[in-house]
Amino acid sequence: MLAKRIIPCLDVKDGRVVKGVNFQNLTDAGDPVENAKFYDKQGADELVFLDITASHEKRKTILDVVARTADDVFMPLTVGGGIKSLDDIRDLLNAGCDKVSINTTAVRTPFFIKEAAERFGSQCIVVAVDAKRVHMDMSFEPDEPWLSWLNDPALSAVRLTIPSHGEPVWALSTHGGRKMRRIDAVKWAKKMEELGAGEILLTSMDRDGTKIGFDIELTRKISEAVTIPVVASGGVGNLEHLREGLVEGKADAALAASIFHYREYSVREAKEYLRAKGVAVRL
Amino acid sequence: MVVKFTDCVEIIGSKIILYLMIAIIDYGMGNLRSVEKGFLKVGVEVKVTNRAQEVSHADGVVLPGVGAFKDCMRELTRLDLTGAVLEAVTQGKPYLGICLGLQVLFSESEEFGRCSGLDVLRGKVVKFEFGARGQESDNTDRLILNSQLSTLKVPHMGWNALNIKTNDNPLFAGIPDKSYFYFVHSYYVAPEEASIISTTTDYGIEFTSSVRKDNIFAVQFHPEKSQALGLRILKNFGDIVAGK
Repeated sequence: MLAKRIIPCLDVKDGRVVKGVNFQNLTDAGDPVENAKFYDKQGADELVFLDITASHEKRKTILDVVARTADDVFMPLTVGGGIKSLDDIRDLLNAGCDKVSINTTAVRTPFFIKEAAERFGSQCIVVAVDAKRVHMDMSFEPDEPWLSWLNDPALSAVRLTIPSHGEPVWALSTHGGRKMRRIDAVKWAKKMEELGAGEILLTSMDRDGTKIGFDIELTRKISEAVTIPVVASGGVGNLEHLREGLVEGKADAALAASIFHYREYSVREAKEYLRAKGVAVRL
Repeated sequence: MVVKFTDCVEIIGSKIILYLMIAIIDYGMGNLRSVEKGFLKVGVEVKVTNRAQEVSHADGVVLPGVGAFKDCMRELTRLDLTGAVLEAVTQGKPYLGICLGLQVLFSESEEFGRCSGLDVLRGKVVKFEFGARGQESDNTDRLILNSQLSTLKVPHMGWNALNIKTNDNPLFAGIPDKSYFYFVHSYYVAPEEASIISTTTDYGIEFTSSVRKDNIFAVQFHPEKSQALGLRILKNFGDIVAGK
């Protein structure tokens, strides 16, 4: 039986691990390779490096981090953040990573996902979907020129429409949750699958950094809407939250950063808890 | 035919040490670096190459790769490597196929229409099809009727267990039954000869997760991504090449 995956995420800036709340108040906390080895020993199922390096000149540092990690750690490695071109993907794969997680570039140019999947295979193309629950007084960004693809008949179905009968709906957010887009997150995930994504990394931007648990309704909605694996992210504060995401949310994997990073729980403890609750995990 | 002297010998004092060389075939698909580093981690000498001549001179051959069957065959052909792979296999050199390196051994794949493989092993490469999305299939025998299975995702991605079917495959020396390995694939092999199946894995159906026929060893999962047990598989292959 396929095990549900537990995936620690490391935020990496300029080649160093940091972790912040809602991408702010970052604290420098160590070497990514040492962290990766630590999680490897604990039996993590995969690792995600989220590269939040801002300056263009330092973008190559992640390649070195990946290469050094892949020399020592033999487990699946995903890198997200700042991927803009097929060359960026190629460089990361050559450095030793297995999957790349693409967020902003997918929103800017959705057909990039198709190109990437055709060139490298769907199995290594993860689309990161940052979603926020839509509420009445929410303000959306005006559609900027780069969102003109929303008028393309092949893509226009993802445009957000607010149901009149008050059913919950989620919109895509960009810029780390700061900007709301008139794009339906569930329809977007399906479109990404159609264009060749091999996995969805779903983050509830309402929950990210809050430690009050995943947005289960969103997770289940997207897990049921697509036939590719879904990794749930955003909001894990305890081990029961992991179980909720995997069982009630029907996610195939759960990603967490701070509970592992700050050593509140080890990956092994998380898996032991899940196994005791009847969830199939690899121990 | 000239093999580069320095590739396989080292002179220490007056002693000449001959190395066994394992060629990892680089045809531009998949994470070769991890395969290479995995072998190095367990002390097995390997060389990543896309030259047919180096493959011919190797004592063992590894064909890794993830992605599409069709692209794999196309790239092997473009780089003029199919001959070298076939030669290695038919000459009795230990061969380790990983993921696509397993699939291309078979006669044909149904991926993107029919596509011919290396035809070393008899059988087909078929797609996981669960629930509603599988209904265009002409293989009604594979149609999964259990509605629970319609929730199974494709690709089959993540850690799954091996059901070890044979005790005499040295590739699995020291690997306990039901051990977990990392998989990522949408297609699986359906061999005609049941006798070549070394392990199976359960994912909606019980599919073949590794085969062995004489010198041919091939696995659907990724040993280079499967932590300690995966490295043990690579070590075992090194031992097979060394005749240990």
